[in-house]
Amino acid sequence: MSLLNYTLRIADSSLISAQRLSEWCSKGPTLEEDIALSNISLDLFGQANGFLEYASEIDGNKSADDFAFKRNEREFYNLKITEQENGHFGDTIARLFFCSAFNFLFYTELSKSKDETLSALAAKSLKEVKYHLKHSKSWMIRLGDGTEESKLKIQESLNSIWQFTGEFFEMDKIDIEISDYGIGVNNTSLKEEWNKIVNDTLDQAKLTRPEDMYMQTGSKKGLHTECLGHLLSEMQYLPRAYPDAKW
Amino acid sequence: MSENTDVWEVFIQSKNGLAHKHVGNVHATDKEMALQNARDLYTRRNEGSCIWVVKSEYIVSSESEDGEAFFDPSNDKMYRHPTFYTMPEGSKNI
Repeated sequence: MSLLNYTLRIADSSLISAQRLSEWCSKGPTLEEDIALSNISLDLFGQANGFLEYASEIDGNKSADDFAFKRNEREFYNLKITEQENGHFGDTIARLFFCSAFNFLFYTELSKSKDETLSALAAKSLKEVKYHLKHSKSWMIRLGDGTEESKLKIQESLNSIWQFTGEFFEMDKIDIEISDYGIGVNNTSLKEEWNKIVNDTLDQAKLTRPEDMYMQTGSKKGLHTECLGHLLSEMQYLPRAYPDAKW
Repeated sequence: MSENTDVWEVFIQSKNGLAHKHVGNVHATDKEMALQNARDLYTRRNEGSCIWVVKSEYIVSSESEDGEAFFDPSNDKMYRHPTFYTMPEGSKNI
């Protein structure tokens, strides 16, 4: 049961990030960046699919599609940061950068998991996530060290998304149990390296690290911000309106 | 944004050891962006193992009006073509 829940958490964060990013498709600031964001979205859909297939295998009853399309808001365990709206390009970049820095460290550790499926999925995801981090990091620096307007906007983006970064490092009962088995990751131990990546990037971007503030929490229990419901209603519309439709 | 961007020509090497081939161009404000954009646009389907990008302004091209002077003189010099050799069996990319 814990392993299923643990796997769903990883799958859901990838799935919801992917769905969010896909909203940029055809609306990117330039043709090149439009494709870049869509590529990253597709990478994340692929990762989500891998973890959902594994969840389906553990569950033995529900399919990967059932998990993606037939669960309600409160049954999703994605980190709250992943469901936040795209906002302007800088908002998306700030969100993508924080998530990618975390994913990079998380998958690096998960690739050492004693669970062979999780470690293989992590190793595959890691290659993609390295690029996501590289791409979002260079945009952070470009925007922060760009014009007066871009600097102001990306700093505001950082400040407003910051409250969602605390969830990366939380450990609840399930995390502790799975990590004690040598299967899961000790999220708390990733914080130091994450801070290094973030501080180093913000220095290069000439941006200011937001002050520590109240941190959002709750996604591990299925609690979400209002953004998730709207996202799910769009993502799940077709399979819910036409159950078992084929094409 | 478009007033700050340059056009960069993209060259992809499909396999180690082969020459880089021109595949198209991208817009970018700096070399890192050019490289990443090229990666995202031109290597999505396993096309490459290495990418070169170079600002289009640094490409020097011959003019079409020079065509006669540049290229016609080689028309009648068949002996410059190594067509009189047989290819060793199994050799590729010579």
